[in-house]
Amino acid sequence: MSGEAVVFWIFATLTVASAAVVVLSRTLIYSAFSLLVTFFGVAGLYVLLGADFLAATQLLIYVGGILVLLLFGVMLTHKIYDLDLRSETTQLLSGLIVAAGLFVVLTAVALKAEWPSVERAPAPTTAGIGRLFLSDYLLPFEAASVLLLVALMGAAMIVRRRRDA
Amino acid sequence: MIGLQHYLVVSAALFALGVLGLLTRRNAVHVLMSIELILNAANVNLVAFSRYAGGGLGGQVFAVFVIVVAAAEVAVGLAIVLTLYRLRRTPNLDDADILKG
Repeated sequence: MSGEAVVFWIFATLTVASAAVVVLSRTLIYSAFSLLVTFFGVAGLYVLLGADFLAATQLLIYVGGILVLLLFGVMLTHKIYDLDLRSETTQLLSGLIVAAGLFVVLTAVALKAEWPSVERAPAPTTAGIGRLFLSDYLLPFEAASVLLLVALMGAAMIVRRRRDA
Repeated sequence: MIGLQHYLVVSAALFALGVLGLLTRRNAVHVLMSIELILNAANVNLVAFSRYAGGGLGGQVFAVFVIVVAAAEVAVGLAIVLTLYRLRRTPNLDDADILKG
């Protein structure tokens, strides 16, 4: 096995195993910390795919932002003396059937279809992505910034305590 | 030799696990985590196609947009969950079955 394959299998196992812990763990806080490992694993896969900018973005935004927000969510929706933050499951059997079916179908498609194989040589991507943002994808870029602003204001509006009510 | 298919299978596993969590969990924060898994699976696919199927950097740009939408979604989603918790004293989605505030 080449070095790339070894690293790929390490990251792939790490990602999928920790994702399984996220979904199957009964304790919410374990899920949240396992999600950290999943995000790191996906960042590693990005590095293997030659997407250096995305790997850094993944670490900054997912690990630094989204995961912290989720941890706040875990802490704020339970009483502080509630030591075991249980999370119940419901309709486990039908959920398992649907998820397993999806996995089988997606894997079959991925393995059977004839994909084009033009491999791009790994090269730094940050400059290229920045140029695309300010040329071909300028309108989506601006829309995304407005979306972020609106989401921030909306989140603040939703959680504020109404004094008059 | 690691190719496109390896990444697609990993992404399919992530996606299936996310759907499993989405369907079987009752805690709203847990459901949000499952949605993050699904979005990450989609991102792995986009980046893998951008590497192995030609098409240049477009896939990676799209993945950045997915990350932006995920950040917005988790902020608004958590705001709703916190409001729900304040209102009903429970993070369980089954108890959020009325449509008035």
